[in-house]
Amino acid sequence: MNKPGYFGQWGGAYIPEVLYETFRELREVYAKAKADPAFWQEYVALMSSYSCRPTPLTHADNLSRHFGGAQIFIKREDLNHTGAHKANNVMGQGLLVKRMGKTRVIAETGAGQHGVACATMAAKFGFACTIYMGEEDVHRQRPNVFWMEKLGATVVPVTTGSRTLKDAINEAFRDWVSNMDTTHYVMGTVCGPHPFPEMVAWFQSIIGIEARKQIIASHGKLPARIYACVGGGSNAMGIFQGFLADSEVELIGVEAGGKGIDTGQHAARLASQDASPGVAQGYKTMFLQDSDGQMLDTHSVAAGLDYIGVSPLLTDLWEKGRVRFTAATDQEVMAALDLTIKKEGIIPALESSHAFVQAFKEAGELSSDQAIIINQSGRGDKDIFTIAHAFDDPSWKEFIRKKGEEYATR
Amino acid sequence: MQLAEQLREARSKKDILLMTHLVLGYPSFAANREVIHQMVENGVDVIELQIPFSEPMADGPMIIKANQEAIASGTTVADCLAFAAEMAAQHKIPFLFMTYYNILFKYGVREFLHKAKEIGIRGFIIPDLPPEEGEEYLRLAKEFDLAAIQIFAPTSTEERMRTLAGHGDGFIYCVARRGVTGSKTEFDASFDDYLARCRKATDLPLAVGFGISSREDVQILTGKADLAVIGTATIRLVEEKGAAAVGPFIAGLR
Repeated sequence: MNKPGYFGQWGGAYIPEVLYETFRELREVYAKAKADPAFWQEYVALMSSYSCRPTPLTHADNLSRHFGGAQIFIKREDLNHTGAHKANNVMGQGLLVKRMGKTRVIAETGAGQHGVACATMAAKFGFACTIYMGEEDVHRQRPNVFWMEKLGATVVPVTTGSRTLKDAINEAFRDWVSNMDTTHYVMGTVCGPHPFPEMVAWFQSIIGIEARKQIIASHGKLPARIYACVGGGSNAMGIFQGFLADSEVELIGVEAGGKGIDTGQHAARLASQDASPGVAQGYKTMFLQDSDGQMLDTHSVAAGLDYIGVSPLLTDLWEKGRVRFTAATDQEVMAALDLTIKKEGIIPALESSHAFVQAFKEAGELSSDQAIIINQSGRGDKDIFTIAHAFDDPSWKEFIRKKGEEYATR
Repeated sequence: MQLAEQLREARSKKDILLMTHLVLGYPSFAANREVIHQMVENGVDVIELQIPFSEPMADGPMIIKANQEAIASGTTVADCLAFAAEMAAQHKIPFLFMTYYNILFKYGVREFLHKAKEIGIRGFIIPDLPPEEGEEYLRLAKEFDLAAIQIFAPTSTEERMRTLAGHGDGFIYCVARRGVTGSKTEFDASFDDYLARCRKATDLPLAVGFGISSREDVQILTGKADLAVIGTATIRLVEEKGAAAVGPFIAGLR
């Protein structure tokens, strides 16, 4: 790091002046917590009693046999309370909010997993909670909206811009600049202004710390490769951090290839040639933007991956050649999801299924005494509407039609 | 003449100066041209031209909409530069660029500032570029004699204000309240304290913006600030009543 908040040339804190003091306070609270071993102990204890940590590392023996190469292991972040790795970050930030004495939290959400996790944390800690969610994502992820509201959060559909994750982030910042005295913005991923990327990565490092111990215990040695999907990049940074110092472990980030890298309808920042350096939403990274610096619309079947930017930590690791980036198309994702369900009885989120795609492509290249780990960042049942639609499932459609009629006639 | 000096001279002849704002390309450059004409004719002293950006994080709903629609209708940075050149050549008052840092960064900071200087722009307001991140920009602004206008907020401490003032040039933009552009601002005792802190921190002229929309607001600021900044109010007026309504509105402000 050259200067605080930078990872190579990426990162920084490009924030409006009105938030300067708020960020100063946050940096101080975070630095104190990080230097206090009791804080991490409190965090780990909370996660073990409230969120099923450590999450298991499942040996996917059927898939391993199916591909006839590496032993495939799946790190089960889907088994966290609320069904995704997002719980790690929100509970950690919740503990910081308590330290700061604030009473309200706000958050942005794409797929809704961060929103549900944040609303859950707010319910547990007794904070008021507002979640900003792009109108498009509200439609795509209705079950998560339902749960956020039941948890007591106010869900605000964002109608500006492309009505997706990036617009929800802008709205959360707008709320924050009005209410910073009482409110903490629980950023959901390893992006945004310093200290968010570093702080969220710290909370998510619990995934990699556990996974490293678990793979050595069950396989007797380090894995050859680790696969993780990358939207903002929090689950990827979470697991990668456990292995960054192990140069023999190859780290692979899988972005949303959407309808295909050549179609322009994707969210592949580092795996395509379409992104370029930029500064937006408070930090410097590779963004999908036009030649004027206007952000482009992105596409993915997975709401949580269609983001314009990517973590500055990952961009730095990509630039240094430590993490290899690829992309999986929507179509490949559906096939990998289908296979995982059938072979292992495990339903990964659409986001996580991107990591499965690349692991499946490469498992056969390795020998059976080698291991690979796929980070299953979240559970797939929240995607039932999107998945059922993509599978074109006739009985599901019939069920929805009947439900619709039932509500229409009431 | 340097911007600060020019503003001090203008201020010596008026109780308060008026600065207005518009989003380039919204609703159209033709409308921008007409609005600017009316503003200048009716005594506006400085105009900030906002180059639209897809992620205007510090702006409120009206200006977000203007940014989005300007981009959607095909407004490019090149169009904005050409239009600004035309305005700066036609009108004697200082024109500033307001935009977000990515517009400069993507263009090339040196190239952008060089171009701005060449076409007669006098300074910049970049709300997402604190001095800690803007070393190159601040250095180049000095080199090209462009005013890198710094922003004070009600949350800024005295120490922070002094730091910002140390980097400031032209004038200081004092954000009247927390939040984004376009909502009503209450001018109470704490606002007076805030302005007093601003005044103590710098000798540069003070501009007050965010929520200034009426003659009453301008009157409250008279004697306390050097410039009153009218932003969202004129955009709303153009939207509701058309460009022709801007002249009488501006004329009625003081």
